[in-house]
Amino acid sequence: MRYAETGYNLEIDLSTGNIEKVATDPALMALHLGGLGTDLKIMWDRVLPETKAFDPENLLIFSSGLLCGTPVYSASRTVVTTISPQTDLLAYPLMGGFLAAELKYAGYDKVIIRGKASKLVYIWIHNDRVELRDASALKGKGAIETQELIREELKEPKAQVAAIGLAGENKVFYASIEQSRSSASRLGAGAVMGDKNVKAIAVRGTKDIYLARGDELMKLMARARAFVQHRNANPLQIAVHSPQHSGIVGSTQEMKYTDESWHTTGFAWGNARTRRKDFWTKEIEDNWVNSQTKAIRRFISCFNCPQECGGLIDHPGVPRFMMKCFSKLTYAMAAYVDDLDFTWKICQRAFDYGLDSFSTPQVLAFAVELYEAGILTDADFAGCPTDQEGRFLWLLDRVARREGIGDLLAEGTYYAARKIGRGAEAFDHNTIKKHEQMNIKLGMLDPLYYLMYSTNEKISITQIEGNWPQGAIASREEREEFIKDWPQLPDEKFKQYLLDWEPRGEKANPFYPTPEISSEIVDWMETLHNIDDALGLCAGWGSFILKPPYHIHNYPQIISAATGLALDEAGLKQIANRNRNLHRAFNNRRGLRRADEKPPADHWKHRYPEYEEELLTAYYKFKGWNNEGIPTKTRLQALNLAYVAEDLERRGILTDGQDEKES
Amino acid sequence: MAKMKKKVKTITVNADKCNGCRACEIICSSFHATPKYSSVNPARSRIQVVSHRLKDIMFPVVAGEYAPAECMGRDKYIIAGKEYDECAFCRAVCSTRDIFKEPDTGLPLKCDMCEGEDEPLCVQVCLNDVLVYEEREEEVEAEDKPDELEQSLQALLDDHGLEKLADILARMAEKA
Ligand code: SF4
Ligand code: SF4
Repeated sequence: MRYAETGYNLEIDLSTGNIEKVATDPALMALHLGGLGTDLKIMWDRVLPETKAFDPENLLIFSSGLLCGTPVYSASRTVVTTISPQTDLLAYPLMGGFLAAELKYAGYDKVIIRGKASKLVYIWIHNDRVELRDASALKGKGAIETQELIREELKEPKAQVAAIGLAGENKVFYASIEQSRSSASRLGAGAVMGDKNVKAIAVRGTKDIYLARGDELMKLMARARAFVQHRNANPLQIAVHSPQHSGIVGSTQEMKYTDESWHTTGFAWGNARTRRKDFWTKEIEDNWVNSQTKAIRRFISCFNCPQECGGLIDHPGVPRFMMKCFSKLTYAMAAYVDDLDFTWKICQRAFDYGLDSFSTPQVLAFAVELYEAGILTDADFAGCPTDQEGRFLWLLDRVARREGIGDLLAEGTYYAARKIGRGAEAFDHNTIKKHEQMNIKLGMLDPLYYLMYSTNEKISITQIEGNWPQGAIASREEREEFIKDWPQLPDEKFKQYLLDWEPRGEKANPFYPTPEISSEIVDWMETLHNIDDALGLCAGWGSFILKPPYHIHNYPQIISAATGLALDEAGLKQIANRNRNLHRAFNNRRGLRRADEKPPADHWKHRYPEYEEELLTAYYKFKGWNNEGIPTKTRLQALNLAYVAEDLERRGILTDGQDEKES
Repeated sequence: MAKMKKKVKTITVNADKCNGCRACEIICSSFHATPKYSSVNPARSRIQVVSHRLKDIMFPVVAGEYAPAECMGRDKYIIAGKEYDECAFCRAVCSTRDIFKEPDTGLPLKCDMCEGEDEPLCVQVCLNDVLVYEEREEEVEAEDKPDELEQSLQALLDDHGLEKLADILARMAEKA
């Protein structure tokens, strides 16, 4: 009997129309858990480094996490794994909502899609019945609308549907996949789906998922529930810069909270350029509070989560849609629009097109800057309104339709800049590994963020950080208070690090935390993210927030009760480490090297190039990687990844003696 | 008929507060699994959340009585401009619909208020006060109520006819 997982994947070859239900190897759970972990193994085994995003050999995997469909709170994540058209590295955007659990109930852990369909189709999975259905009537339809149309066509109001919009169909490099209140949006998985001619995937399942020790699991969940209830009533105060993030449990609670003074004055507007320290006036506050309270009709949760961090948006003149998280601010800030009403307008359109809310606003702002600098001309902008709102909406349409200048912009700032030329490259100032980053520009180099930006495979900072405060806590008293109640820590030594960390002076950024301590903290944070992404848990319950309900001391019990796997903390860390190194090796095999690992040059005003190299070296060493950021043979062998080391050696990526010389 | 005191257990459904998370379906289906908590399957839950998120409908319906025959008429609801499937919000376990039936056997599912627990479990897990539990006493006429087994058999009888059922029972008796 398989517990928590179904033990089956669905293999779909779009080129031949062949569909197979394939039993999976039960030993994989102990090696990789599930979700992203087992996806990595499949990608390593089956997608060669020569394969590009839009090759038929590229896989597009919709995977549930190991705990999805069980009673574990917030286990709602679908991870979509493929090669990114933007970075040519692994893309693995995650979405909450309802799809992953439904897939489990239909009897599958993953849907693995290869090849390309000859015409637009959607995949309909109803327990054992799986069909590729004609989607020609859905061509050009919005990603939100499509979900409804499919449910109606199938007469299955309980089917869960993930769909792409026009942007995905047109292979915009930062196209998203939309599902219910959630989106898998980073790194262009929607474009790969469009390239494969898959408009949507619809699932309905009515089978059982078995639990190894259900009684025990329920007791653990009762505890988690009590914890969340307590935190909801007593939000965290210390080290919480704004209550939306970490005050209470959940993904950033942008729908519940209206006070945006912290984000709007601290983050950079336009093409990640200007901080507006005086922005949050009484007048603005009134406008924003009023706009938001009116627009949100209901708070909406993902599957099996009480934290309702999403909102159903109802704004005059705009079709209803659901949103969550930081998209509330990205478009308005990039467009320099001070009226929050604009957010509801543009987000509905962008979500229906199926576009990533981090990359898209940056690309549009980049285009506006190029126009203002005379690099893009009136001819490129012919027909474009002159006001900020109109301009952004017009550009958004061009991108999704790949019309005129939109065709270039559809490839993201990095490629667009190089194709436009005439100095446009200098305006591509906020990408890492060709991927647009959060709109933040700060003063002093921060060693933790330096490492996270540089090295993490997510290539998106918001999803790496989490358990450690974003900045030093100002007063000693507060630091002492903060460490008192911190059972989530993997090791007591971290308390001292936090106590010693000061906002200014000797024990402050950039030289404190030291490179070694920074490595430990970053490693701990990303380990948690790797665990969440394999289990399919919301990061808002674990890796992304301070003092969360799930942590290294209770994950093993939860996993074990649900799956029957005998697991302790050391064992779990070992699995996370194995997944992390396989992930890294996969990207190394595709060319990722030390030279690619750097934050945008203007991310901080005060930089320390030599010290930064020292940081990177310390971190690589800590991870057991060589000087190029490639896992050493010794490290790989210790993680049962000898086959990976052999492959890297065969390709000349790891060479003899490198371990000793450079690690 | 004699009068008797009866404990009436109610769940008040404050649908306006529902966020559509389906935690109630999950706990219900796992509590009623045999053995208890050995599996999960919301399709077996005795509370079902009718969701049409964009239309602002998130509506938990708790399984009511088994209805041996379908109603004479059908109910249609139009809420916020959206027309719902006939009988979408009905609590009855009825031959015309799949809701509140075991997915593999078709046996009826009925809310039993989680017998043995202090409070129904859906009420316990819903942190958003959508489901509120109350008990009160009422005077009612004493009556003979069919027990659960009888109800299940009645449902099978309605679906398959006496002859077929008798056949199967005879065969099973032989094997045993
Ligand atoms: S906290 Fe928000 S994103 Fe996370 S599972 Fe709950 S509703 Fe979904
Ligand atoms: S648990 Fe509560 S909020 Fe969640 S679906 Fe059920 S009734 Fe609605």
